[in-house]
Amino acid sequence: MIDRRLLTNIDWMLIGLMTAICLLGIMNIYSATTPYKIVGAPYYLKQFYWVLFGLLVVTVICSFDYHILEDFSYWFYGFLIILLVAVLVVGRRSMGATRWLSLGFFNVQPSELMKVVIIATFAKYFTNVQTVNGLSVKDVLFPLGILAVPVLLIMKQPDLGTAVLVLLIALSLAVYVGLRWSTVVTFALVMVPMLWLGWAKLLRPYQKNRILDFLNPERSRLGSGYHIIQSKIAVGSGGVFGKGFVKGTQSQLRFLPEQHTDFAFSVFAEEWGFIGCLVLIVLYLVLVLWGLNIARRCNDRFGSLLAVGVTAMLFWHIVINMGMVIGLFPVVGVPLPFFSYGGTSMITSMVGIGILQNISMRRFMF
Amino acid sequence: MKEQRFVREISESKRRILILSFVVGGIFFLLLLRLWHLQILSVDDYRNMSESNRLRFVPVAASRGAIMDRNGTVLVSNQPSFSLAVVPQEVENKDELLDHLATLLGMDRAELSERWEKGKGRAKYYPIILASNISRDQVEIVEENHLRLPGVEIEMKPVREYASGVLAAHLLGYIGEISEDELSAKGFEEYNPGDYLGKNGIERSWEKELHGNDGGRQLEVDARGRVLRTISESYPTVGNSVVLTIDARIQKQAEKAFGDQAGAAVAMDVNTGEVLAFVSNPGFDPALFSGKMPADTWKEYLDDKRHPLENKALTGQYPPGSTFKIITALAGLEDGKIDGNTSVNCNGSYELGTSTFKCWNKHGHGVTNLKKSLRESCDVYFYQLGERLGVDRIAAMAKRFMLGSPMGIGLAHEKAGLIPTAEWKLKRFGKRWLHGETVPVSIGQGYVLMTPIQLVSMIATVANEGNVYRPYLVKRIVDADGRPLREFKPELMGTTGISADKFKLVKQGLFAVVNEPGGTGGAARLSDVHVAGKTGSSQVVKLRDSKQATPYQYRDHALFVAFAPYEKPEIAVAVIVEHGEHGGSAAAPIAGRILRAWFDSKKPPKKEPARRLKNQDEEGTDEEAEPPAKQQGVNEEKADD
Repeated sequence: MIDRRLLTNIDWMLIGLMTAICLLGIMNIYSATTPYKIVGAPYYLKQFYWVLFGLLVVTVICSFDYHILEDFSYWFYGFLIILLVAVLVVGRRSMGATRWLSLGFFNVQPSELMKVVIIATFAKYFTNVQTVNGLSVKDVLFPLGILAVPVLLIMKQPDLGTAVLVLLIALSLAVYVGLRWSTVVTFALVMVPMLWLGWAKLLRPYQKNRILDFLNPERSRLGSGYHIIQSKIAVGSGGVFGKGFVKGTQSQLRFLPEQHTDFAFSVFAEEWGFIGCLVLIVLYLVLVLWGLNIARRCNDRFGSLLAVGVTAMLFWHIVINMGMVIGLFPVVGVPLPFFSYGGTSMITSMVGIGILQNISMRRFMF
Repeated sequence: MKEQRFVREISESKRRILILSFVVGGIFFLLLLRLWHLQILSVDDYRNMSESNRLRFVPVAASRGAIMDRNGTVLVSNQPSFSLAVVPQEVENKDELLDHLATLLGMDRAELSERWEKGKGRAKYYPIILASNISRDQVEIVEENHLRLPGVEIEMKPVREYASGVLAAHLLGYIGEISEDELSAKGFEEYNPGDYLGKNGIERSWEKELHGNDGGRQLEVDARGRVLRTISESYPTVGNSVVLTIDARIQKQAEKAFGDQAGAAVAMDVNTGEVLAFVSNPGFDPALFSGKMPADTWKEYLDDKRHPLENKALTGQYPPGSTFKIITALAGLEDGKIDGNTSVNCNGSYELGTSTFKCWNKHGHGVTNLKKSLRESCDVYFYQLGERLGVDRIAAMAKRFMLGSPMGIGLAHEKAGLIPTAEWKLKRFGKRWLHGETVPVSIGQGYVLMTPIQLVSMIATVANEGNVYRPYLVKRIVDADGRPLREFKPELMGTTGISADKFKLVKQGLFAVVNEPGGTGGAARLSDVHVAGKTGSSQVVKLRDSKQATPYQYRDHALFVAFAPYEKPEIAVAVIVEHGEHGGSAAAPIAGRILRAWFDSKKPPKKEPARRLKNQDEEGTDEEAEPPAKQQGVNEEKADD
């Protein structure tokens, strides 16, 4: 399956960007968790192992032709819906939400996998849709159904962050395929009452609070607004050059909550300042643009859609996480790809890179 | 054609990718703009905020106020407790330090490292408690070796001490760590996790006064969390002390009088409503609730049939039995249905329709007037009276005594008791009141329920001839130095509006209960003071007459209400002995001992001749102050209803 042509076509740009961000991430986790060192849990080492495991995942994915995704995407989709239902029925509860499915020796989070599967499903569907003038209202009804089922199941867990991400990824794909203006207007008219209903009926009080706190962080200085305020102080006090590695007072004094996971970027911003942020953001920007470039170069419609979907997934993770840390978005608990501590996030992002690499390697295979 | 479309789509999608790239670039640019705003334009503001984050606040717990009895005897106080703490980040060599501590203080090395391991998950500047409640000697050793023990601290915290052991446990209550629910509840905003607060009794009701204000130190810490200096310090203010209306001596005698029996007793000043004793027996050790409760003790409490954890004086609702005849009698007098001479012939039972209601004395009391009916607790007399009055007139009289709703003694969870009316039954069960149901109500059975607090209030109101005072437990609040802050005055809740001569008639009967042959309450008699009272026993379950011994939990409750001195009442008391069976034999002696303790406490050592009350009688007004001559004992067997 892997012939020499594939090896010579390895996308080093992709691998290089990803590795650079991973290394910055590990370094940052080292700093963010120094106050915890007494626990004797070397988070940065664990993260390093996750990166290695992730590279293995990338290799495995590359060894298959991505077109098998086209054949199996609906099957994956169905299987994951069953898993999402199973989560609600027998899932493991932690912190008031049921997201995990215990498979004996390890736990999986089906909602995380759903991000990738929705990309493949949408890519397959749109590959076969006539779109000369863009998608009509009729064209989007079926994908909308495909989307609604997992999104509602994920919101039920409840995992607002993932639900929003799945929505955004699907929306990005639809925009890429092209939407008629009439479609956009129709949906805008339908969405307004839907949003109102969703706010009134679906959102949990704590989720509403997070959104209200985001609009006005002073609302609950010690509640959910605390995260945003502390994070902004950390980022802002970093200045141009930052306070230096392992010298961030905000993080080192543990004023910041969840500093190695969702708020890892705020530690980084405090210690490396605007210059450091600039470097990191440029790395991410180039990564996202490179992903789009892979989509552009790919002459096969399914591959191109797949690449745009994966890129959209990475892009929204980056924008929402950074936006949240610097107070532009509500705190929804979305990790920063390759940077935040955590195995699940690392594997999802690596699967994305694997798919991009897969497409990039096979661009001359027609 | 298809080819063409494909090509067009491809070029179209390439155009779209280009647009998307610009959108992506734009959004990333916005992120950078925001970072520019935060990190370059507002850096000074955020630096300042970040600096002020370097100030750490260390709370210092306030000492809780004391609880004293009316004479200033301390019932609950605080004892400092010392614990040995260590701040991990200041420790260079953990094993060396622990070895050192173990040998210095003679502690178990393994235990010290176990405690250390337990505290490891937290920040390094956060002290780990290695040993709590260490001795003063150990504290001194640590202080002496301070320089050789870097990072070791002694923490002091006040611990509640119950000077009197289990005395008045239900009244005083206990303290415990604040719960999750309390933390998020209104009114507890000032509290932090781990704080202690009153959970029950006076400790809970007067929490706001007793708690005091925590102080704290603002410390400047460096980037590693090390304390550089103290910026400011606010000292904790000790909580205020609560002075109870309780007299510890009477309380103690009352608890002693119960012995192993379960029950409740409340003693009250008839002219003010001050509660002098507040007993729920058996008690418990409140110290166990604020500290460590051994599992087997807890189980013991739970398994005890006498329910030691239940505050019977506050939450116990009992049928008042024959003590309720006082209400029925007053209702009859007020309504003109009877006067002092109205007589009824009791032949041991009363027929109403198809039912037969038995008198406790199956031989019957013969011709019985009001006084005799109270003295010997004749049921038939009251059956007939009650039947003539109807339930609503009896209830109206009870309402004049403020029965049927909580008295507002100032403790949480006080129960209301129950005074049934026809309307109440219709609402509660959707059924009409039946004529026959009034009969048991007239002797305090059926639906009637009263708490010990209501019982004592009822008899106090009879004693003072019509004033219903709110029973209260706290006399004043004083600050830590004993200066009075607030004084609580008697509160008149209402008056019954019954004329004194009607009260006199009933009181004569109550005097006879204790002092005349055939009276059911002779066991409460005192040698030097005239006591008046009423016995009662209330059915727990209706049992068929059987000669077998009744199991404990089915035996009747024994009640006794009393006041003294008869001529010029000062104190009222109500006693319930759960499953004590007969008011006269189980409850009256306890009431007697409580009254004894009160009169003894009033006149210290000097002994008074017993005949002293002769004079008092002469001072008392005309008619019935002098107990009437003995009536012929209707029956000779020990009378108790």
